Amino acid sequence: MAHVEISTDSFQQTQASVSRRQLISGLFNVVGLLVILVATLVLLALVIQLVAQGAPRLNWKFFSSFASSDYNEAGILAPLVGSALVMLVTAAIAVPLGVAAGIYLEEYAPKNWLSALIEINVTNLAGVPSIVYGLLALGFFNQTLKLGESIVTAGLTLALLILPIVIVTTREALRAIPSLLREAAYALGASKWQVIWDHILPYSSGSILTGVIIGLSRAIGETAPLITIGALTFIAFLPPSPVKAEFPFISFEWLQAPFTVMPIQMFNWVSRPEPEFQINAAAAGAVLIFMTLAMNGLAIYLRYRFRKGVKW
Amino acid sequence: MVEISPRLHNFAGLEPKAEVKNLNFYYGGSVHALKNIDLVIPERKVTALIGPSGCGKTTLLRCFNRMHDLYPGNRYEGEILLDGVNILAKKIDPIEVRMRVSMVFQRPNPFPKSIYENVIYGLRVQGTSKRSILDDKVEQALRGAALWEEAKDRLADSAYNLSGGQQQRLCIARALATDPELVLFDEPTSALDPIATASIEDLMNELKQQVTILIVTHSMQQAARLSDYTAFMFLGELMEFNDTNLLFNKPIHQQTQDYVSGRFG
Repeated sequence: MAHVEISTDSFQQTQASVSRRQLISGLFNVVGLLVILVATLVLLALVIQLVAQGAPRLNWKFFSSFASSDYNEAGILAPLVGSALVMLVTAAIAVPLGVAAGIYLEEYAPKNWLSALIEINVTNLAGVPSIVYGLLALGFFNQTLKLGESIVTAGLTLALLILPIVIVTTREALRAIPSLLREAAYALGASKWQVIWDHILPYSSGSILTGVIIGLSRAIGETAPLITIGALTFIAFLPPSPVKAEFPFISFEWLQAPFTVMPIQMFNWVSRPEPEFQINAAAAGAVLIFMTLAMNGLAIYLRYRFRKGVKW
Repeated sequence: MVEISPRLHNFAGLEPKAEVKNLNFYYGGSVHALKNIDLVIPERKVTALIGPSGCGKTTLLRCFNRMHDLYPGNRYEGEILLDGVNILAKKIDPIEVRMRVSMVFQRPNPFPKSIYENVIYGLRVQGTSKRSILDDKVEQALRGAALWEEAKDRLADSAYNLSGGQQQRLCIARALATDPELVLFDEPTSALDPIATASIEDLMNELKQQVTILIVTHSMQQAARLSDYTAFMFLGELMEFNDTNLLFNKPIHQQTQDYVSGRFG
């Protein structure tokens, strides 16, 4: 007659069990909050310190001057333009290649040992140290293809570096689209490409963009591979303008120009003996962080734009 | 045992829209899911496929629009004739088939786009882009799916704002917009409440004036209410095909009798 006696006794047992489980739940809540607070506070402190230290240099002159041995005259014009142009080349190469490769591997490639091998390789490539890419680029782009110590070499190198990240995130984004939606499109007589272009890509564009931005954010901070391919540390001129007064108005000469980038400039200033250059380095660091944030902002905006047509 | 003969089909006097001839189907090259199926789908009638879970009714349904071609390793043997043309033939592109045979799925699966875009997608993929044609088609298809009155003022709204029953009617409108000759319904009401189910069933009764309907259903009541002909499937075989009334009231085969009387399934 056990079930008749379900009374205060078993009720108290249930209560005890529930409050024990709720306690563990609450405990994790507190621990999680602490961890995230520590992480964000440390980061915030770093950024604030960087901005505060660099504040005296953050003026128009700093942005519009070339490098100089006089810390007061030195500015970030060349590395700012260099970083922007290198990122442009990197994105222009890595995004179409990476997204296309992701689409092919996920949607088109037959699932066999070869595609499994490629998958393992791509994943592994994401973990290869960046200096290795620098060495590859020095030998291949710089020496063999004779592209020199130029913006295009740097862009290609960084594109190579972030390609695996873009491919892997693209594949994951595509995989997340439910097969019910694919089948709905196929059942209406869509071809594979129409299914991909009309449905799978728009629905996954947000996640793909996130992957692209993670990749580009990594690329903008890279120093080692660019030093390896021969980026300059002291440069007092800008690459040729991409726009011209005479026909055909557009020029790609800038691709071949020597360059430097923000992290290299920072590294250069940090290693100077004069303490004043530390202020320059901090200011450049603040600008670099702002550039990364701006890229993230752009990604959020683009994601919003892409999702306008998609109404979940 | 009433009968020993494994399969009892009464195809006499039917005007076939589609004909299945000795169809065998293999999943991934090894699982023999459909065995020697012979079936006639009468023109402008509702034909129901019933049978216990795993008997192959959905598998058979998805042969009619070559959905199995989307996954590697699946293999058909035999023929499905649509107006006398074998749609399983190698030289027939599955896309051609799907332009003539449309499908409504088990769960409502509208695209995360506007109601308008959902309805016209089948026309879009075929290259129709003239606004006036598309507008007309949207109204026609939504009327056909009894959704026009509810949706006409919110065509630009997301399909995801519709209720489950409305979403399923939208999927029916989407399937009708391409003027298909045969519409496949894969348990279309299994995710819906009784009221939404009733409205979908009313709709199908209307639709059979214009198109041929093949429906898979778990509910024997639904098959009895809705269909003109019923095929009972068991373990990958088509056991019995007959006029729905005859199949439910005078099942010839022992297994059919057990199933329709609710003894298993």
